[in-house]
Amino acid sequence: MENKKDYSIVIGGAAGQGSRKAGLIIAKLFNNLGYNVFIYEDYQSLIKGGHNFSVIRVSEKKEASIKEKIDFLLALDSNTIEKHKSSMNKNGLVVFNSDKIKNGGIGVAADKIVKELGGISIMSNTALIAGFGKAIGIEWSALENALRKELGKGIEKNLEIAKRAYEETKNVLKMEKLKGEPDPLLTGNEAIALGAVKAGLDIYYAYPMTPATSILHYLAEHEKDFNIIVTQLENEIAVINSAIGSAYAGKRSMVGTSGGGFALMTEGISLAAQSETPTLIVNSQRSGPATGVPTYSSQADLLFTLNSGHGDFVRFVVAPGDANEACYWSGKLLNLAWKYQTPAILLVDKELSESTFEFDKKILDEIRKENPVLWNKKGEYGRYADSKNGISPLAFPGDEVVVKATSYEHDEDGLSVEDEEAIILMQEKRLRKFKEMEKEADIPGAVKVYGNKNSKTAVIAWGSTKGPVLEVAEKLGLKFIQPLFIQPFPQKQFEKAMKGVTKLISIECSATGQMEKVLKANGIKVDKRILKYDMRPFIVEELEKKLKTI
Amino acid sequence: MENLETNFLNTWCPGCGNFGILQAVKLAVNDLIAKGTPKEKIVIVSDIGCNSKIVDYLNINSFYSLHGRSIATAMGIKMANPDLKILVFLGDGAALDEGISHLIHAAKRNSDINVIMHNNRLFALTTGQFTAVSPKGLKGKSTPEGSIEEPINPLELMLASNASFISRGYSAKVEHLKNLIIEAVEHKGFSFVEVMQPCVTFFNTGQFYNEKVYEAVNAELESREKAISLIKEWNYNGEGKIPLGVFYKKDRVLFEEESNKHILKDKKVDFEKCLKFHL
Repeated sequence: MENKKDYSIVIGGAAGQGSRKAGLIIAKLFNNLGYNVFIYEDYQSLIKGGHNFSVIRVSEKKEASIKEKIDFLLALDSNTIEKHKSSMNKNGLVVFNSDKIKNGGIGVAADKIVKELGGISIMSNTALIAGFGKAIGIEWSALENALRKELGKGIEKNLEIAKRAYEETKNVLKMEKLKGEPDPLLTGNEAIALGAVKAGLDIYYAYPMTPATSILHYLAEHEKDFNIIVTQLENEIAVINSAIGSAYAGKRSMVGTSGGGFALMTEGISLAAQSETPTLIVNSQRSGPATGVPTYSSQADLLFTLNSGHGDFVRFVVAPGDANEACYWSGKLLNLAWKYQTPAILLVDKELSESTFEFDKKILDEIRKENPVLWNKKGEYGRYADSKNGISPLAFPGDEVVVKATSYEHDEDGLSVEDEEAIILMQEKRLRKFKEMEKEADIPGAVKVYGNKNSKTAVIAWGSTKGPVLEVAEKLGLKFIQPLFIQPFPQKQFEKAMKGVTKLISIECSATGQMEKVLKANGIKVDKRILKYDMRPFIVEELEKKLKTI
Repeated sequence: MENLETNFLNTWCPGCGNFGILQAVKLAVNDLIAKGTPKEKIVIVSDIGCNSKIVDYLNINSFYSLHGRSIATAMGIKMANPDLKILVFLGDGAALDEGISHLIHAAKRNSDINVIMHNNRLFALTTGQFTAVSPKGLKGKSTPEGSIEEPINPLELMLASNASFISRGYSAKVEHLKNLIIEAVEHKGFSFVEVMQPCVTFFNTGQFYNEKVYEAVNAELESREKAISLIKEWNYNGEGKIPLGVFYKKDRVLFEEESNKHILKDKKVDFEKCLKFHL
């Protein structure tokens, strides 16, 4: 096999066979060999059976995308071979459970080993990993370390099984070691959690919903480490309203959900805007409408998110494109929510939430808890005191003043009003605040530019689509524009990014081209579009072909 | 006496049961302050409906929430700061129609909040429609021929949901109601105070309640059997006497206290240690 130092590994099996965990172990093995790692998870909405697989891209150059061609296929069941054999590179290697499958390549008698050593059936994946490790020349000690780290429960039995499989499998090649240092491997959701904690998160409320659920799991697992409260409530309506209550009482709260749950939260988003209560909402998109394809991705909730909540108001909406950006913006948005006492939405998708990325831990140093404007303890207090920039200082119950927050239109003290003058006063206070919020979007990081900056043809893509688009744009010598800040719209930053561009191609995972509509509304014309709506991410070869023929 | 007035123009109908409730709340809050609860540690949360205008009339920390969501907002406030005393004011429509899930779950998890349900047995601010506790046959604007649904018994629902304090008062018995509110606030855990209240404009039940209510004495507050027999004396339709008082009271683990117990003040999070697991 030629040594191109860019490999695609697929491990698959039925749900319940542990292919995902096995994928992470393999990724960590390569991470420790100095490779950059990216994992895409593909699974169905079921607990047992079906076909789940992970694609692990290991490469010398950092990538956040997957390729069509497979170099190594690890099959826990025969279905995996059936589904993926047509994508095998001609020199590709198949490692399979020989007790379930007959195939060319390297067979590991996984079930037999597990049975003989008295393990449980899921441990077949350990045997397969060990066989694969031996085949590609991974040292036993490295394998043992990785297994110890990932498999706390039943580790000794797992190691026994791994050792036997390792000994019984023949070595066919030696995977080259690279110079890179291993970086922490984080899913987008884990990165979001860390960013918020770094910015002073106190309470996380949620109701389980794919693909946001792993934020809940990760924070709950580390509740003590992070010194935060993690609470699952009865529905998304309770979640957002409790988060608003906590923020009113002075605690930084965050909520996470996906399309359907986000829809239930929208009345609360309107409440956060009207009552000027800081709230960070993570909306991780999945395929819709309605239940859609629950465990697959989409970028079709952009317009809904930008318009979420009834009434006239501006909310922050930022869409990061990888784990590093997700971490940074989760922290930054929590701070911005408090600075402007407003709902702020971190808009991600299943690809970003559940894929695993190399994480640059320096990002955490860029995030700190920023203090909001607090009451100075002088004179009378009005929760909605009028001010030049529209921001009224915060006080909390327990401070020695009366703090009245409300969903009604109100006066400066928070008492209900219905007369025109009082309504205009408060509307205009908020309008001045929205104007201030626009300044936050006018920063260089609001719109990023990559690739050939002199190219007259530019591609535009947002969210997790950044990964494949960046790779292909660089390869084809195109300019790539990635908007992160979407509301308020970073007009000036866009103008800069668009300088010299005569042809703009929008690339989205949406059937109707929602980003194109947003751009059009802001005076930016898209010339061509590549839309994908099979709810899978763009694959590098596929995107390259489409871009070449457009 | 602490001045709790806001001088906000009161827009309740003359003779509305809410006046009695407001008076009882003022007396109860004053009593709590006199006994040592600082006024700034009291928060009132209201919903949407005639009753919920109470936050405009009281110069106390408040959150005027969304319809049906006041209990969820209140739980969030208590979670953030368990030192606060929380009183939630909402109507029967909010508690039992729009927001019934929050009521049940707040009781189930023993959230340490005090829910005061103004029960006029219909939607009043929307000019008279039936709610979950309206008697069968109630003629409102959405049921001109009379509602065809039987009412539910909210106290029975609260007992089934494991509420740790269940009581009923009457807006015309201010002193009795004041004492119920004080007892509810002093009870550690979820407290439910149902307040029977006439709506003089759309469902004037004043005379009906004056004839039917009586102050029940319950010496076995931890007995579910005793509680259910008191709770079932009246079925929210026509028949039977209407007992008032505390029907059930039992200490249970407090939701917010339990959720907060691992929180350390000024703890520094060790991100390096955490990231090691990701290598």
